[in-house]
Amino acid sequence: MAAWPDLGALWITLRLAGVTTALLLVVGTPIAWWLAFSRARWRPLAEAVVALPLVLPPTVLGFYLLLLFNPDAPLGHLWLDLTGDTLTFSFAGLVAASMLYSLPFMVQPLQAAFATMGRAPLDAGATLGAGPLDAFFTIAVPMAARGYLTAAVLSFAHTVGEFGVVLMIGGNIPGRTRVMSIAIYEHVETIDYAAAHLSSAMLLAFSFAVLVLVYAVNRRQALRVV
Amino acid sequence: MSVLAVDLEIQRDAFTLRVAHDFALDGISAVFGASGAGKSTLLRALAGLERDLRGRVAFDTEVWQDSARGVHRAAHRRGVGYVFQDARLLPFLDVAGNLRYAARRAPAARPGPQFEQVVTAFDLAPLLGRDVTRLSGGERQRVAIARALLTRPRLLLMDEPLSANDIRRKAELLPYVRGLPARFGVPVLYVSHALDEVAYLADHVLVLEAGRSVAAGPASDVLERLDLGSAADWYEAGTVLSGRVVEQDERFQLTRVAVGAHRVAVPRVAAARGDNLRLRVRARDVALAVESPRGISIRNVLAGTVIDIVEDPASAYAEALVDIGEGHLRSRLTRAAVAELGLAPGATVYALVRSVTVDAPFAEPAAAPS
Repeated sequence: MAAWPDLGALWITLRLAGVTTALLLVVGTPIAWWLAFSRARWRPLAEAVVALPLVLPPTVLGFYLLLLFNPDAPLGHLWLDLTGDTLTFSFAGLVAASMLYSLPFMVQPLQAAFATMGRAPLDAGATLGAGPLDAFFTIAVPMAARGYLTAAVLSFAHTVGEFGVVLMIGGNIPGRTRVMSIAIYEHVETIDYAAAHLSSAMLLAFSFAVLVLVYAVNRRQALRVV
Repeated sequence: MSVLAVDLEIQRDAFTLRVAHDFALDGISAVFGASGAGKSTLLRALAGLERDLRGRVAFDTEVWQDSARGVHRAAHRRGVGYVFQDARLLPFLDVAGNLRYAARRAPAARPGPQFEQVVTAFDLAPLLGRDVTRLSGGERQRVAIARALLTRPRLLLMDEPLSANDIRRKAELLPYVRGLPARFGVPVLYVSHALDEVAYLADHVLVLEAGRSVAAGPASDVLERLDLGSAADWYEAGTVLSGRVVEQDERFQLTRVAVGAHRVAVPRVAAARGDNLRLRVRARDVALAVESPRGISIRNVLAGTVIDIVEDPASAYAEALVDIGEGHLRSRLTRAAVAELGLAPGATVYALVRSVTVDAPFAEPAAAPS
């Protein structure tokens, strides 16, 4: 019978997904806003970049990030100088990679929600005396509430399920970068099926619960991911 | 009285809107024109909702827009209220929430109506807790107008607020709109393509046609001009007369109205002797005779003098403007009739009026007795 060493992996997994989602809410909102309202000619290019992690094999993304995060590379070196820790094989590196990996799951539902809302309510808000920031928080956010819920839940769940990127740049350091999906892989490799069962069942139940929640909330509004 | 000085040019694809006009902000000013004439674009530009425009907008000494100097005052800093055609109530708030959204952001220093005062004026008390998606078209616009007033506007802009399809009874709302300047001390700029609304509401009118202003002035003068062409709704074009009730005829159910020296009979309206009424007579309801007609069913025959005739060479029709002493009538007749009767400015004619609409309160057009 497996003991509960996976609780550490579970904690890292949830922490990684939570931090990634929180940061993506901040970063994804302006990107989604711009994509929803910009008429710039190179907007399709930006949309393609945002959607890239959907089609790119995680190992490819992980490979490029590994090169980028390497302490010998400018970005990796800068991070090492600033924090005293490397981006590769660290929790911070995992968060950065997860943000890129889950970016489309945050941006696309938000973009769809903002586009559906359109400018009309914001114009109305302006004539009621609401400045742009005021109108964003008191009109756009409530009107895009379903979009925010969908985006947050999908980003969280997608981050929980990632494997390839983590393996490439995080490795499998218990208590530091060892997440659930990696742990399951290792259990199977070492033929510890009981532990693999337990962890897999937990992820399965979690994923199913998340999707039920999203579809329940979106009953009257088609779920748009791609 | 404030003045809104406008000198604007807005380019949108193949369409150019070019308006230079000083709006005297007193009572209700209407911007009138057909769909696509640029009315809404103009109103949005005045509110600060349109970008990419050239020219200048100034509210008294306060410059809202001056493209030459790169000035653009944001919409939320202009102190104007705006009533959209589609109301645009915030769907996640109830009626009271929508009203409070405006009231909370209104500058306390500016004079304006109190929450309760507006709720009472627009009969909104029973609707306050209602979800805005469960309002009728008329209720929605009442909330929208009330909400705009609660921003304590210095000017209220209204973009065809009565044209939504589901507003079946304009008559319910028009008196609310007409009372705004007197009741709340706020001048109104009202955009519409409906001549009946403009005739009922407006003190001043600016007529737009294909992005240009083609006429402007006091409503009574502008609405009876013959050369408004396609800007005016062909079917509804006509003139407005002021009259005073002199008699209620119980037997024939008629109200007799004095218009200058003339007597006009209309189907009975609820009014007391001495009440002032606005009578609207459409050009298509007026025929002309060169002799006093006898033995005809039309009761309202008014003698007058032709002062202008405009023929439309592309059609069979012409329009004549007739001075009846106390105001004018427009008559639509065929060009053949103009030629055969020898009609020309100066000719004495008898105007046969088939139908009169009484604006008190805004009533459906009713046929005059025949």
